[in-house]
Amino acid sequence: MSGRKGRRLTLKDVLGRKDLIYPGHRACAGCVSLTVIRQALKAIERPTVAVSPTGCAEVTTSIIPYTSWAVPWIHSAFENAAATAAGIEAAFRAMKKMGQVKEIPDIIVFGGDGGTVDIGFQALSGAAERGHDFLYVLYDNEAYMNTGIQRSGATFKYAWTTTSPAGKAIPGKPQWRKPIALIMVEHRMPYVATASPSEPMDLINKIRRGLDAEGPAFIHIICPCPRGWRFDSRLGIKVAKAAVQTCVFPLWEARWEDGQLDFKLTGTSLAIAKKPELKKPVEEYLELQGRFRHLFKPVRREDLIAEIQASVDAEWAYLLKRAGMA
Amino acid sequence: MAGEKGIPFPATWREAPMGAIAYKPSTLLRTGTWRLGYKPVVDEEKCTGCGMCHLYCPDGAIGLVDGKARVDYNYCKGCGICAEECPSGAISMVEE
Amino acid sequence: MVVEQKAIGMTGDEAIAYAVKQVEPHVVAAYPITPQTIIVERFSEYVADGEVKTEFVAVESEHSALSACVGAAATGARAFTATASQGLALMWEILYIASGLRLPIVMGIVNRALSAPINIHCDHSDTLGARDSGWIQIYCENSQEAYDSTIQAWRIAEHPDVRLPVMVNIDGFVLSHTLEDVRVLPDDVVKEFVGEPSVPKVRIEVPADGGGTRVVELPYKLDPWAPHPLTMGAFAMYDSYFEYKRQQEEAMKAALRVVEEVGREYGELTGRYYGLLHPHELEDAEAVVVGMGSAMGTASIAVDELRREGHKVGLLRVRCFRPFPVERLREALRGVKVVAVMDRAMSFGGPGGPLYTEVATALYPERERPLLLNYIYGLGGRDISVADFKKVLMEALEVARTGEVVEHMRYVGLRG
Repeated sequence: MSGRKGRRLTLKDVLGRKDLIYPGHRACAGCVSLTVIRQALKAIERPTVAVSPTGCAEVTTSIIPYTSWAVPWIHSAFENAAATAAGIEAAFRAMKKMGQVKEIPDIIVFGGDGGTVDIGFQALSGAAERGHDFLYVLYDNEAYMNTGIQRSGATFKYAWTTTSPAGKAIPGKPQWRKPIALIMVEHRMPYVATASPSEPMDLINKIRRGLDAEGPAFIHIICPCPRGWRFDSRLGIKVAKAAVQTCVFPLWEARWEDGQLDFKLTGTSLAIAKKPELKKPVEEYLELQGRFRHLFKPVRREDLIAEIQASVDAEWAYLLKRAGMA
Repeated sequence: MAGEKGIPFPATWREAPMGAIAYKPSTLLRTGTWRLGYKPVVDEEKCTGCGMCHLYCPDGAIGLVDGKARVDYNYCKGCGICAEECPSGAISMVEE
Repeated sequence: MVVEQKAIGMTGDEAIAYAVKQVEPHVVAAYPITPQTIIVERFSEYVADGEVKTEFVAVESEHSALSACVGAAATGARAFTATASQGLALMWEILYIASGLRLPIVMGIVNRALSAPINIHCDHSDTLGARDSGWIQIYCENSQEAYDSTIQAWRIAEHPDVRLPVMVNIDGFVLSHTLEDVRVLPDDVVKEFVGEPSVPKVRIEVPADGGGTRVVELPYKLDPWAPHPLTMGAFAMYDSYFEYKRQQEEAMKAALRVVEEVGREYGELTGRYYGLLHPHELEDAEAVVVGMGSAMGTASIAVDELRREGHKVGLLRVRCFRPFPVERLREALRGVKVVAVMDRAMSFGGPGGPLYTEVATALYPERERPLLLNYIYGLGGRDISVADFKKVLMEALEVARTGEVVEHMRYVGLRG
């Protein structure tokens, strides 16, 4: 069953598809990044090549001699996944011109926030500007998790990480997260979206649309990390759900066509936009995670929680406006 | 599964496949040994075959067989996501 | 049989671009940096005029340039890039990745000094700084050789016993921007010489029906149409990394033979034979200059002039620096009394310049070996003249006479 040309993939379609990640990988028990990748690969319908920068999903799936990838896959370095993907795309494009292949395969990058928002940003921005036909999937666990939970540009404000600890003088990361998905929208690429593994069909259909888009596409996916965010391994999907329900991580998609931006909220975020009473207070997200524990214990930091709520609300208002639903 | 035959690991420099490829599927690694004493058990009467557990599992260790969820204990790491998320409450983490 | 070739007036940069045009790789991904810019610009013109089907990727940095080449080469495609100095330094980590992944990428390097201070002129500090990166390195004396070596590079890189990336180096401004008559082959002859890109086979295990695995053989490339997928660039723990490095060393050993073989085959085709070392007047030489690059052309004039005056001097140009031609060097320098090794780079705090250290190490086990002098010259584009070389050779002859090396490391053209 094809999801192409606007047809939505259904749960039935997807459950009939083989996994393109072998079990037996070394990701932590409850690691949502592998859930994200497994879900995303359910959208594969054409010959596909995958690329990853250095990161959790790369290391845990490719320790010699074992691989968990059932699609052709390459890792080269940390900051160059988008450049590597650009080279792959250019090679197949040339091969097609030279009559050596019939079609250009789908190219999908799975990168973490480290390799995408920080060190990998230049390569991503360059590849997007040049218009290569590929989909970049950011699985965002909001820190350099692979190297031991150090802060990244995507880390949430006031989150504890090892390089932004919640200490006596500074309560966690002082900066707000870089709005990477919105930055990518302003690259005027054909397709940008956000997704959550707690809404698999929304995620999978977006992956398919990203792959089908002619040109660069970018999907930012929230990826709660039991080890880095400090919660029990069974709660990964619940935390992702809470992120969407509190509008900490709204779900949307943006398409540029003929210079016009079509911006839509999707899934639970669309439901909240229509019924604002569904929106939950940000505390319900924060209290699930040990990385925000210092906002509640030993003393409840009302000021910081309120500051976070205000930022989340402001961003939500901005997105509502963009979606024409203000 | 039979014992590992095929390409040796660790390999001598003459045997190792070139260029840092990973050359065995990870299906050979039974990550089921990671469980810390609890495993998910499916109550087939409650299970509606919705398939959400299959989509949420990081390891692909639970899937639908004949319309019901079945755990592959060779690979299940016991994270508990399936039990937590099952819409029908059909999965519980049980002491092994 | 020597093929008819026409002469075109070209600079070194243009010669490299022309050769790349004739080979027509699938991908050229490059970022401009003086004095390499002409290569990139000329090639962009070929693309814009529809003369090649190559995809030109105007990457946003040199690091991305080589990364894009890695991606392209990993699909089994031919990939080329060019850079110099800071650009090479920026892509440093990817150099090791390209050679570790055994990808036959060809890179033209227009040798330029490394900052700081920033300097756009010629010296060899950039590529000699990358001598441990596992790339084959060829240093050209003139634009003709730049053209010839670029074409040979693909045959060397893609040889099944080698599978290593190749740097073709030309001196910045001296060669890159100076017009020369370059004899070029017809397009179809070049295409025939390089042939189709070949990809070696690797064996992997894939899941077998009913559990377990079975072994299959696949081409070493990312191929979504292959019956089984390949995982490239995997993570090696301490239990496997070492062996991959030993494999690279073996490939370098094979490259010694392959560089000569390809150079010979190319000679049959063009009348210009190439090897690892290019000697000049070594026959009964007592004092010999050893060096790389365009300055060796200047040195050869000094040698000729001194020979006419009756001095027994000679010159040995190292064309292939990596792999270093240890055996051939020992053979060539047997019986020589004094060798003046010319280094257009320094290795701060080392026992001598990079080339000197290589020569000294190569000669060390020899029971009888020449006295060695090290001359650092030409850094940051400092010119070296015929007169300078004559002085070097006369000093070397003096050392041959006295048998004493007072101070082995000297500087040519340094103020103070």
